[in-house]
Amino acid sequence: MSDLYEVSVTVNGTVYQRSVEPRLLLSDFLRHELGLTGTHVGCEHGVCGACTVLFDGEPVRSCLMFAVQANGHQVSTVEGLGTMEELHPLQQAFWEAHAVQCGFCTPGVLMTLLPFLEENPTPSEEEIREAISGNLCRCTGYQHIVDAVLLAAEKMPSQGDC
Amino acid sequence: MLARPGLPGFEYVKASTPAEVHQLMQQEGVRLMMGGTDLLVQMREGTIRPRVVVDVKHLPGMREVEFDEGQGLTIGAAVTMNQLAQHPAVQTSCPALAQAAHSVASYQVRNRATLGGNLCNASPCADTGPAMVALDAAMVLRGSKGQREVPAERFFLGPGRTALQPDEFLTAIRIPPPPAGAASCYLKLGRSRSGDLALVGVAVVGFPDGTESGYRFRVALGSVAPVPLRVPAAEKVLAYDPPGEESFAAAAGKAMDAAAPISDVRAGAAYQRMMVRVLTLRALRQVWSTLGEGR
Repeated sequence: MSDLYEVSVTVNGTVYQRSVEPRLLLSDFLRHELGLTGTHVGCEHGVCGACTVLFDGEPVRSCLMFAVQANGHQVSTVEGLGTMEELHPLQQAFWEAHAVQCGFCTPGVLMTLLPFLEENPTPSEEEIREAISGNLCRCTGYQHIVDAVLLAAEKMPSQGDC
Repeated sequence: MLARPGLPGFEYVKASTPAEVHQLMQQEGVRLMMGGTDLLVQMREGTIRPRVVVDVKHLPGMREVEFDEGQGLTIGAAVTMNQLAQHPAVQTSCPALAQAAHSVASYQVRNRATLGGNLCNASPCADTGPAMVALDAAMVLRGSKGQREVPAERFFLGPGRTALQPDEFLTAIRIPPPPAGAASCYLKLGRSRSGDLALVGVAVVGFPDGTESGYRFRVALGSVAPVPLRVPAAEKVLAYDPPGEESFAAAAGKAMDAAAPISDVRAGAAYQRMMVRVLTLRALRQVWSTLGEGR
């Protein structure tokens, strides 16, 4: 067992202070230390995209980072979007367009799309497909996800609201 | 709380000065980390088992891109692929590099993956390797006793092997200003349109020059040899014969002859060789068409 490192990470606006081993992945830190299991872990090779979170506002693979690297940084996870009572407009669009089947890839897809839509509020289908090209979905064939993003683009205010 | 089984413990150091890095590098089992997108995978696979991981991307200048008309581009080794792909000076002066950076993995990985990491990892299929060679880039290596520059062509020694000495690390990449009227591109073939490793990568730079043909081209291939491969035989054809379909086809044939791929899980060698010809031809056409806009 190696030495523990003190980290302070802001996740969805809340500051968390923990002692972690350097070998702890950011994805495991979120899931096991903080109990934020909305961030899913699939391939752990940076390929599938299920573990995508926002790191200082930019989508990254949380399985390809150590928790110690997040010290002093801002992380946003799917738990920071909507609530059960009030879904985020992007989540609402996924619900309405039936873009969720098993749901395993969904948190990563949502976290990828959030900054994408802020930067490009009226994307073309081609741009959407490129935006989600780093997220694997084995259920939907992507068509419903694309439909949901087009729907969300209609619904969402052009300035980010989260 | 346990981390994943199989990822052994190590010490993590976020370095803030080059001297600190050099001091740490004297120990056994030290690995330098930038974006970590290759390093973490290798640690997970168990192919490397560092005792100390030194995060060097926070050193001064490591994440900056500088452009100067006279000096060209100086790119900090820890500049990310997305930074490169989106940087106006890179897009204008070295489209081949912007395109190569954009072709790496996924958007999320490109937010972390760095140019220096891609080069030091020295995977034969690294996308930025051929672009570096075609663009005549130099690697700035910082050793404990000073700094030296190594041309990209001499930096890669084999899969996973570079000219880096045990006390050296890559701090920056210098790309000379493009010759007047130059055009460049990087074309990549993967099993899918995005996200995959290259089966073949071709970087071409072309510019007006006092050769027989009036133009000089630099052609470099990726993923079809142990190191990024420059193809002098193709460049010679293009320096003598007038640019056009005939000389492009001949040069593409030379590129195919130079390629020495191995069959692996992603593609057979014969297929890769044929695709070298196709992609080289397309890249030459594309560069020629861009050169035509300025003719």
